[in-house]
Amino acid sequence: MISAPDVVAFTKEEEYEKEPYNEPALPEEYSVPLFPFASQGANPWSKLSGAKFSRDFILISEFSEQVGPQPLLTIPNDIKVFGTFDLNYFSLRIMSVDYQASFVGHPPGSAYPKLNFVEDSKVVLGDSKEGAFAYVHHLTLYDLEARGFVRPFCMAYISADQHKIMQQFQELSAEFSKASECLKTGNRKAFAGELEKKLKDLDYTRTVLHTETEIQKKANDKGFYSSQAIEKANELASVEKSIIEHQDLLKQIRSYPHRKLKGSPLCSGETEHTQDQASQAATTSNPDESADTDLYTCRPAYTPKLIKAKSTKCFDKKLKTLEELCDTEYFTQTLAQLSHIEHMFRGDLCYLLTSQIDRALLKQQHITNFLFEDFVEVDDRVAEKQESAPPRPVPGRPPSRSLEECPIPQVLVSVGSYKSSVESVPIKMEQELGDEEYREAEVTESSSFDPQENLDYLDMDMKGSISSGESIEVLGTEKSTAVLPKSDSQASLTVPLSPQVVRSKAVSHRTISEDSIEVLSTCPSEALIPDDFKASCPSAINEEESYADDSEGAIHFQASVSPPELGEAEEGSLETPPSQIDSSCCIGKESDSLRVPLSPPAHTPSEQDGVVSIPPQRYRQKDQGFRVDFAVENASPSRDNSPEGFPADELDPNRLLASRDVSKTSLDNYSDTTSNMSSVASTSSDRTPSSAHPTGPSSERHKKRAGQNALKFIRQYPFAHPAIYSLLSGRTLVVLGEDEAVVRKLVTALSIFVPSHSHFAKPVKHWVSSPLHITDFQKWKLIGLQRVAPPAGAGALHTLGRYSRYTSVLDLDSKALRCPLYRGALVPRLADHRTQIKRGSTYYLHVQSTLTQLCSKAFLYAFCHHLHLPAHDKETREVVAGRQASFLKLNLGLVNEDVKVVQYLAELLKLHYTQEAPGTSQPTLRFDYVPSFLYKI
Amino acid sequence: MLRWLIGGGREPQGLAEKSPLQTIGEEQTQNPYTELLVLKAHHDIVRFLVQLDEYRFASAGDDGIVVVWNAQTGEKLLELNGHTQKITALITFPSLEACEEKNQLILTTSADRTVILWDCDTGRQVRKVSCFQSTIKCLIVLQRLDVWLSGGNDLCVWNQKLDLLCKTGHLSDTGISALIEIPKNCVVAAVGKELNVSFVTGSHVGEMIIWDILDWTVQACECSFWDPSPQLDTQQEIKLCQKPDDISIHHFTWDEENVFAAVGRGLYVYNLHMKRVIACQKSAHDSNVLHIAKLPNRQLISCSEDGSVRIWELREKQQLAAEPVPTGFFNMWGFGRVNKQASQPVKKQQENSPPCSLELIGDLIGHSSSVEMLLYFEDHGLVTCSADHLIILWKNGERESGLRSLKLFQKLEENGGLYLAV
Repeated sequence: MISAPDVVAFTKEEEYEKEPYNEPALPEEYSVPLFPFASQGANPWSKLSGAKFSRDFILISEFSEQVGPQPLLTIPNDIKVFGTFDLNYFSLRIMSVDYQASFVGHPPGSAYPKLNFVEDSKVVLGDSKEGAFAYVHHLTLYDLEARGFVRPFCMAYISADQHKIMQQFQELSAEFSKASECLKTGNRKAFAGELEKKLKDLDYTRTVLHTETEIQKKANDKGFYSSQAIEKANELASVEKSIIEHQDLLKQIRSYPHRKLKGSPLCSGETEHTQDQASQAATTSNPDESADTDLYTCRPAYTPKLIKAKSTKCFDKKLKTLEELCDTEYFTQTLAQLSHIEHMFRGDLCYLLTSQIDRALLKQQHITNFLFEDFVEVDDRVAEKQESAPPRPVPGRPPSRSLEECPIPQVLVSVGSYKSSVESVPIKMEQELGDEEYREAEVTESSSFDPQENLDYLDMDMKGSISSGESIEVLGTEKSTAVLPKSDSQASLTVPLSPQVVRSKAVSHRTISEDSIEVLSTCPSEALIPDDFKASCPSAINEEESYADDSEGAIHFQASVSPPELGEAEEGSLETPPSQIDSSCCIGKESDSLRVPLSPPAHTPSEQDGVVSIPPQRYRQKDQGFRVDFAVENASPSRDNSPEGFPADELDPNRLLASRDVSKTSLDNYSDTTSNMSSVASTSSDRTPSSAHPTGPSSERHKKRAGQNALKFIRQYPFAHPAIYSLLSGRTLVVLGEDEAVVRKLVTALSIFVPSHSHFAKPVKHWVSSPLHITDFQKWKLIGLQRVAPPAGAGALHTLGRYSRYTSVLDLDSKALRCPLYRGALVPRLADHRTQIKRGSTYYLHVQSTLTQLCSKAFLYAFCHHLHLPAHDKETREVVAGRQASFLKLNLGLVNEDVKVVQYLAELLKLHYTQEAPGTSQPTLRFDYVPSFLYKI
Repeated sequence: MLRWLIGGGREPQGLAEKSPLQTIGEEQTQNPYTELLVLKAHHDIVRFLVQLDEYRFASAGDDGIVVVWNAQTGEKLLELNGHTQKITALITFPSLEACEEKNQLILTTSADRTVILWDCDTGRQVRKVSCFQSTIKCLIVLQRLDVWLSGGNDLCVWNQKLDLLCKTGHLSDTGISALIEIPKNCVVAAVGKELNVSFVTGSHVGEMIIWDILDWTVQACECSFWDPSPQLDTQQEIKLCQKPDDISIHHFTWDEENVFAAVGRGLYVYNLHMKRVIACQKSAHDSNVLHIAKLPNRQLISCSEDGSVRIWELREKQQLAAEPVPTGFFNMWGFGRVNKQASQPVKKQQENSPPCSLELIGDLIGHSSSVEMLLYFEDHGLVTCSADHLIILWKNGERESGLRSLKLFQKLEENGGLYLAV
């Protein structure tokens, strides 16, 4: 069923890439048809697919051993978000594709149950009928009371946009891994605690039984044991055995390998905790460890209970909730991480992609990007990783070849569910056969040890699971952590009794509903895959029946929306929230012609981190066929391109202070904002961005406002150019005014022109009412100064006059500016008062691009060796200076004062580059002895 | 309304009328100092600066701490805490011969009546002497004799190991305010009775000019003898200065041919060969000049109580010039007072008009209070300290830019990022 067109699609893709980028006219098949519904007032973002939820959300489900798959919670926990979407049904779907479910059992050669530390599995799944696509992250948590000690859970990111899921797979995977790691760590902690309690109980029980036996022995001096006594003795023996087993379990859970945790930047403190927990193994209590302390403090309070030989059936008792399964601290942290994910992937795919490309490009400019970018990831680790990662797997491994290399391994998805397609997929049949053989082998293997023993012990511990006796063999066959091929776990998954019932129900559901379950991609963790397996494993299959309606279309237009406009849309017009874009309908529909032109931008980020993620490229198929999407994970796949959740500078106190400052001002500044903003806030409270999120729309809004006010300033003041020149050349601009709000607003607006000294906050002081000092000019490059009435304010004005050579002064009240002359060409381009740009965000981007250009000039200037150092010993400083001047003028095309701007930026670059620890030393105050002029309206 | 916006800012009411102050506009093409670095560590008036080696200097002041700085980066290297009261003198001390490590030592004395010898490389106290009856106001090291002297109410002579060699009796209640070494193993001690103390100057060509001496005595040491100095040009100086406040000489410096003196608000240059004042600038500053330093290429830097630092150049005056002392350069675009002043006639000089003139080529504005002292570094620019608790490092921007480039390419090379263009 992997049909030829799929392969063709990939080669097509490659061909396209070879084409010159600026091909003048698009070929016919790539041309973009007009949006068919345009006449009806619809727009490309309206809901077409019939997705029942309004925007993306995260669903956590559990495969309960009592009731089967069930949804536990959604993030955001708001009924408006998922609307009428059937969470129960979807939980069933996503839980049924867990290939990695792990169980605890007796491995061959071991007398005790063995915990498997199974890696999470990551699957992309689609349901075109529901119009929902999901990234599904399966994980197992340990529960002493659960069958096999494990509880399968999954976290799913559900979106109506398939491409979003596909293209953000790496990022989603990385972020969800963090959340999962956090949850699992908390769970291990809780599990260990539980085991300890249990051990106490058992110990107590043993003592009690022992006493009873002794009493019986004494009472009975006839020399033979009564049946009662024998029973007691047996009970005692089983308790003792159980103690040993539990101790072993405790040891296992504490020896959890920490390979994964080390790389996790999510919570370093947590890593400490867990490592501590593991190494010291709660046997020795560490009072310093706060988390451990509560574990231990609660221990003395715990009174052991007598464990009855026969306890109630497991169906009768209530299973632990997710919250109970996990240490509270970690649980809240996990929830925080999940809502962070929700924030992070909010919005349209093209928006996410653009910002990712943006970030990736910014990272490349790590020498200059500190100057004007207000949010820059300074995570060196990420950058390093990116460098070390293999550059592009694409050339070495053309998609078509990888396809051959992957003999459809992931067809193993729940055997039964593919019944309908089996006939048409011969390869799959083989796979299935192989699978069955494997299973047989397993069964034989598992029969090699005594099930009775297992039963005995299970009888002790897991009352009620006897009913699923068949599962015991399977449990026993569980492979160790090291290698766990999917087929293995898959096989085992199908065997247990109770899930099977549910599963068959699910299967029947599927067959009846005639719709498809599309497993678009599965990505097992690399650690578990043997090398030869690796190439094939990550590939994924998208199986689907050809969709009936081919008419829906044009969804793939999303990427053509420019981010600023998108931002506007998000903020301004509620009717068309980008998250409502639903592209599910594109499945099984001829949209390839639309998709192809978009692929280059969509590709860039994924190629960068070494992932071949080819968006579905299909030609129309008359017959039903497979679509194969695949993502080849490279050696270090998880966090390469992940947008940093907690950037380093976010943790910096400076930065925090600064951001607090900014947020405080934003309140002040935007109190006069237009009504549309307030309407946004009121109507879509759930859409209101959280200020905590660095890349969130809040900074977007901030930029927009700043851009708008800057635009206003440029239009309003004819002397905007020299003022901006002052900022760009590092001469402190003092904005003087009586009204704090007005001053703050202008300072915020003008701050977009201020070059930063480091990655931390910009050298901008929004509001100051005390007289300025020389240190202020060294520290701040843009200052809002309160104008105080003469008697009190004379001092302030006096110092301003005294230090006039270091400052330019913009008097808002009298609309006057005192600053040096500017005759360059750069600022007019940057701040043209006749500009056609109307939107603040657009203007902001215009400024950013112009400034980036400027930065590159400054970079060139600063890093040209011969410009700064004499070519030979005899060369005088004058010759070098002459060379610099001619370079600036001829090569960089700078005139007059523009030279000073570039020179100033170059000095900042030099300083930043040579600094040992960035941000430690203050830059010197540079100034020129140039006359100032007075401008007035 | 926009007065503050326009002018140079300083509006010395009344003062400007009395004597024209030479000013310079915002365009100062000859002023090389286009970068400054504010150094903050002191909590009180910073009074003393001393150069330790080619890249370090120490500062001390009323807060009793001594701070060692890197003159290149402005980095604070050490903070020496030991004195409980304000520091009254700071001097470099030649390192002990016996000591194998050649660490830079400094000697400080304070109002707490102690003298401490510091090691500026480690920051530790080498020795502390606290057997004084009064506050030591000045220190001098006689390197040739390996001794140092301390002057307070009495004069003490110490050797390098800080052993007291000899001591004078009680000299006066006000004490010795300055000590000057003169040839033939003599020292001149200035004993001040008033606040405006007088100074005695000695030049190494053997001549001595006593500008104004209220009372003086010389305590000889070892083979010392008392040498009555010739009263040379006192009358001339008295002629120059009308107000008693102006008479006091706050500081002086000299080179091979000239002695530069800061007298009141003015600057005087006395030529040793011609034995006369060759240039003077009677109102160089708004307020008393506190310190002056000689720069190479006939330049002079002065700092004053008015918070400004000015750079002067000694120029040969045109013989034809009718106006004896030009008042400086005027900036055509300058605002406000400058033009008014340009038209104002300059006060007539004495008949024997000086053959040279001191011309203002730049001023450095940064301190908000009186600039107590300045220190000129050959390679790193100028250091000024002030009563506003700050020390400012003035640097040549062009040179710094070049140095930064050098550093940048060094680092690039270290990182292996330097490639030859093909």
